[in-house]
Amino acid sequence: MIQLAELANPAAYQHPLDISFCTKEFLLYQLESMLIIRKSEDIISENFGTGVIKCPCHLGIGQEAIAVGISTQLRKTDRVFGAHRSHAHYLALNRNSFGLFAETLGKYAGSSHGMGGSMHIIDRKNGFWGSVPIVGATVPIATGAALAAKMDGNGDIAVSYFGDGATEEGGVQESFNLAASMKLPVLFICENNLFASHLHIDLRQPTDATIRYAEAHRIKCELVDGNDVIEVSKATERAVEYIRSGFGPYYIEMVTYRWKGHVGNRDDIDVGVQRKDNLLKWKQRDPIRRLTEAMIQQHLLSSEELEILNDKIQSKLNDDWNKALDAEYPKSEALLSLVYA
Amino acid sequence: MKISYAQGILDAHRYLLANYSEVFVIGQGLWSPWYVGATMTNLDIDFGKDRIIDTPVSELATTGAAVGAAIGGYRPIIVHPRMDFMVLAIDQIVTQAAKWRHMFGGESSAPITVRAIINRGGEQGAQHSQALHSWFAHIPGLRVVMPATAKDARDLLIASVLSNDPVMYIDDRWLYEQEQEVEPIIELNLADEGPKILREGNDFTLVGASYTTKLCLDAAIILSEIGISVEVVDLRVLNPLNYEKIIASVQKTGNLCVVDGSWRNCGLAGEVIAGVMECISLSDLKSAPARITLPDAPAPTSKVLEAVYYTKVEDIVSKVQSILNQ
Repeated sequence: MIQLAELANPAAYQHPLDISFCTKEFLLYQLESMLIIRKSEDIISENFGTGVIKCPCHLGIGQEAIAVGISTQLRKTDRVFGAHRSHAHYLALNRNSFGLFAETLGKYAGSSHGMGGSMHIIDRKNGFWGSVPIVGATVPIATGAALAAKMDGNGDIAVSYFGDGATEEGGVQESFNLAASMKLPVLFICENNLFASHLHIDLRQPTDATIRYAEAHRIKCELVDGNDVIEVSKATERAVEYIRSGFGPYYIEMVTYRWKGHVGNRDDIDVGVQRKDNLLKWKQRDPIRRLTEAMIQQHLLSSEELEILNDKIQSKLNDDWNKALDAEYPKSEALLSLVYA
Repeated sequence: MKISYAQGILDAHRYLLANYSEVFVIGQGLWSPWYVGATMTNLDIDFGKDRIIDTPVSELATTGAAVGAAIGGYRPIIVHPRMDFMVLAIDQIVTQAAKWRHMFGGESSAPITVRAIINRGGEQGAQHSQALHSWFAHIPGLRVVMPATAKDARDLLIASVLSNDPVMYIDDRWLYEQEQEVEPIIELNLADEGPKILREGNDFTLVGASYTTKLCLDAAIILSEIGISVEVVDLRVLNPLNYEKIIASVQKTGNLCVVDGSWRNCGLAGEVIAGVMECISLSDLKSAPARITLPDAPAPTSKVLEAVYYTKVEDIVSKVQSILNQ
């Protein structure tokens, strides 16, 4: 039976990324996106901790490379669906931190006009068709969006992000079968961070590799280091080309780790097996550090330039946060006026 | 032109598929539609298997696929040949489609039509019998439609599919043979549709939905023969429920009995009574409002128990008589 093996070993894959054949422009873009996501979530984490943000926030700090590597291979007319931990999925497509911040604060200027909070974010015009926190719920919906794309005949694809826990849901397995039997243009992305809430995958499944489900459904698949933005991007490029060519669905399992607990700003080192020992090691497998070290080694980036970039992004995000704090709440009419079209 | 209820459903499908390229139908058994009576005959042959999609045995994923396609601009009809099996898809209906527009601040919506079929009797037993409309009518954001007549079976299905909201359209196989004279199709806006007076009367108000509307109409004929003038209100749209016509009727007759084809506790009949009582004065009433429902028990199998379980026209007749004789 397939195992994640070394991919799940936090001590492995800490080396700087192999960035040969990548342009500086491409690398810088990915770095900027990851930094925007990391720093945005740091702001959300801090303000969740102080109680300024009330809605449940599932942070994906440490998992940024996946959404960033995937999003660079998509077009605006593709349809991407997230889940409960989707800030990165949204920001990698639009870099709209203000829209996310305002939404977490329940403000009208938020992506869902303050009606959704962190768990219900959307940006249709940039290809983000929505995220919801019911585990596995968007997998069938993304499959249906792929059916619609196939009927449209424009070569657009659907992308379905879900976690390792979602593969334990029946509707997800049904969707794999439906997509495979109907040859639907959908890219299934399993972000395997080894945990569902507090419970390690070793306590939930007979093997830690969810890719076996793809093989069982005859879905073309691969297993990737999710903390390597270059490998993520390359795998996605292969997958997207395959799907757009009409061959049907594709499944990529991205192995990663979340630095924060299941929900909120805590580290959750007191729950789950191995988490206390492994968190520090996984922080050494930081997708951002591995890219910046590679770029610095290859003289594509200097430490000074990195510092300037960090400051620039931080300052923009601080402005976005302050703007979101000042933004208006929805009017009370929204409560009833939005129930029906 | 006279059509049956089943023909009305078939005609609605044909009209929608011919006139709206964004309409497609998905569900189990659609290429061999013996599951659904005469309501889908030859649709796959006439409109193609790309638009009439027979699926794996996956209620949840296929309903979710319809939700995703609806979000993507299509108007799918997801068919559940038995409502009992549809319960496997409840997350996609209740927690996804019904909330999609509200929780995304109006940025997106999922206008699916869920066709749920009530199919019971004939000793089919507890898991091939359920009428779960009250559950779904509880959900804000989900329009719930229950046609009682052939015309409504046709016109309300068209209105459901053309609605920009998710709709659960519930038809009852016990009504498939009912016939009615109809005019050519005129598209209705579902948001404007609601309860209708199907028979006017002065002494008593009977309220039904779907099959129980037929029972009420039959009871009204029998009661008229003994001099009792009954007004019959057909609910048609259970959610959102417009009480206006029911209230006016009760204010006129002073007597109300709601007949529901499902269970009593937290059910449609109790809800209709409560909704009316909130809006009238006690002096409008000549008798305490009443309801006739199924007993709070799963459907039995044995025909002897079935005969006790399901409401009959005579049950309504004697209920009305006993209330008026008090």
